[in-house]
Amino acid sequence: MILWQMIRFAFAGLAANKVRSALTMLGVLIGVASVILLLAVGNGSSVAVKNSITALGTNSLTVTSGSAGGARTASTVKKLTVDDARALADPSAAPDIKSVAPVVTASATADYGNISYTPGSVIGTYPAYFETANEKIAHGDYFSSDDVLNSSKVAVIGSTTAQQLFDTEDPVGKKISLGGTPFTVVGVLATKGGATGFNDPDDVVIAPLPTVQNAFTGFSSVNQILVQATSADTTTQAQSEITQILMGTHSLTDPTKLDFRVSNQSQLLSARESTSQTFTVLLGAVAAISLLVGGIGITNIMLVTVTERTREIGIRKALGAPKAVILGQFLAESTLLSVIGAGLGVAVGMAGSHFSVVGIKPVVIPSSVLGAFAIAVAIGLFFGSYPANRAASLRPIDALRHE
Amino acid sequence: MNHRRARKSRAVEEQRQGPPPPVIQVRGLTKSYGHGDATVHALRGPADPVTGEPMGVTLDIEQGDFVAVMGSSGSGKSTLMNILGCLDVPTGGRYLLDGVDVGHLDEQQLSLVRNRKIGFIFQSFNLVPRTTALAQVELPLAYAGVRAAERRRRAEAALTLVGLDKRMDHKPNELSGGQQQRVAVARALVTAPAMLLADEPTGNLDTRSTEEVLSIIDGLNATGRTVVLITHEDEVAAHAKRVLRLVDGQVISDVRQGAVAGPPPLLADTLATTRRVPLVGGPR
Ligand SMILES: Nc1ncnc2c1ncn2[C@@H]1O[C@H](COP(=O)(O)OP(=O)(O)O)[C@@H](O)[C@H]1O
Ligand SMILES: [Mg+2]
Repeated sequence: MILWQMIRFAFAGLAANKVRSALTMLGVLIGVASVILLLAVGNGSSVAVKNSITALGTNSLTVTSGSAGGARTASTVKKLTVDDARALADPSAAPDIKSVAPVVTASATADYGNISYTPGSVIGTYPAYFETANEKIAHGDYFSSDDVLNSSKVAVIGSTTAQQLFDTEDPVGKKISLGGTPFTVVGVLATKGGATGFNDPDDVVIAPLPTVQNAFTGFSSVNQILVQATSADTTTQAQSEITQILMGTHSLTDPTKLDFRVSNQSQLLSARESTSQTFTVLLGAVAAISLLVGGIGITNIMLVTVTERTREIGIRKALGAPKAVILGQFLAESTLLSVIGAGLGVAVGMAGSHFSVVGIKPVVIPSSVLGAFAIAVAIGLFFGSYPANRAASLRPIDALRHE
Repeated sequence: MNHRRARKSRAVEEQRQGPPPPVIQVRGLTKSYGHGDATVHALRGPADPVTGEPMGVTLDIEQGDFVAVMGSSGSGKSTLMNILGCLDVPTGGRYLLDGVDVGHLDEQQLSLVRNRKIGFIFQSFNLVPRTTALAQVELPLAYAGVRAAERRRRAEAALTLVGLDKRMDHKPNELSGGQQQRVAVARALVTAPAMLLADEPTGNLDTRSTEEVLSIIDGLNATGRTVVLITHEDEVAAHAKRVLRLVDGQVISDVRQGAVAGPPPLLADTLATTRRVPLVGGPR
């Protein structure tokens, strides 16, 4: 018998119990949609991590104060200073370091006209920061080394901050008041994106280091020193050079008892990436279980259908339906259930992936769509084969006598 | 096709090769259900004079014959019929259909036999639910692998023959009992099977519908189709050329009411009294 005929019979069979068929399909739909969507969320978060790795630059290192072991007392911890940064910037002592940018962070409210807004952070640093932190100017210009030397009251602002303070107005050349100190906006940064939860990398105000120190933090110490190695391959050498130099400036002898930490950002982030991969696997497992449950739903409903239609099977057999045709008919029905359910599930999953979930923009994995669809169809065949086989193996007389 | 042409062609056939072999040859057929003391011998035949064991039913049915099987409820009529129709397998004995021992056929071949050689009519109609009359009648053709256009043509012809040309798109629940049974008859004859098996086909019908269905069956037999019909009504059995009586799984009488060749007796009477040559089928 022709395939087309079989599919038509299958459609008629499903149409006979519309609600039941719809509910069974819903099970598959939810399974497939959740596989696609949850994997997309997991993938989205690792893509975000990957993006922030490239955003930060793979050859950047961050020096922060504080002991690695945490066993030291506060009195012996020497804070990082601008002098430490200067020492690191010496090319003869540290040939693998390309640039150094001491960083202070503060918090202040920015006012423009009658708009008042508190940006995520106010950063005071050197122009080298922009390259090291992979901050690009979208409009206007960076501040210069002269601005640092002169403690100019200029600032570069992130795209989120610009949006909040100026909306559609052009911020460049405008004066904003930052904690009472007037700053002239000289540039707006390109949007980095990849905001995770509370931390929006585009919500910043960046100004020359002495200006920020003068206005907010004072001159005693800096929060961190951002170091750029000459290349991604020299980060390890740069890391040891930093340790050597700072041990000198901090008069430390024991390399196991340091009062500063040098972290390789890309290492940190790849650790975060593997966490997000674990997360993806977990989400995938949960989704796979729901797909399995959908499959069991198919078996269940097909068993009911076979029992309900035993007499009909008997009639068909009496009319000369070969075993393969009965098998095919019920397999076609269960496969149709799963194909339609999976198709709708793909549609729902794809549609759902346009919305961001808990701050993560889902990124659909194409193979997960194909995979989920294929697995759903396979589940339809597999879970449908037991009931279908049962139907096909019925002896005609037993089937006909069935009440 | 009218019966005169059918009779002529058979006459030619018989001249050429003598009488055709029996369609059905049953030898020592037994069927029992259950085990031990609880065994029910639904088909037993006469007891062996020496051992007392059932010897089974032995029976030949000629091609073109119209056999009514009578007997009270539980006498084994349906059991016999299910075995003849290859729906059930006997416990013992042999059954040759068109000279082929059905016991040696596998499942696949049996479904082929049911599809090509046998047309069933049941007491409870046994139509496929939620399926239009036309699709219903097309079913056996679909299983036989007939192409859609041809299938439709033949199904329409069969439904027209039983007088349901106006009801082709009706589902079983939209048809009266008599109409449902006529759909079942159309479905049984659409593959042009050699043999029609009817298990109390009029058991659930009123007198008028009974007459309609029986006249269709008469007509089919007149065109050469072998008919085996189960009934416990004498009026129905009067249509047959041969009447078998079953009691307790044994054939106790075998009466011939009309010649194997030629139309069934009641139809022949009608032909004799009216000069009209009736075509098969009920109201047109
Ligand atoms: N599936 C079965 N299991 C057990 N006994 C059966 C079964 N089918 C029929 N019988 C018994 O076989 C006998 C003949 O039944 P059946 O052929 O249906 O009679 P009928 O002449 O009324 O059609 C009855 O006694 C019945 O109880
Ligand atoms: Mg019976």
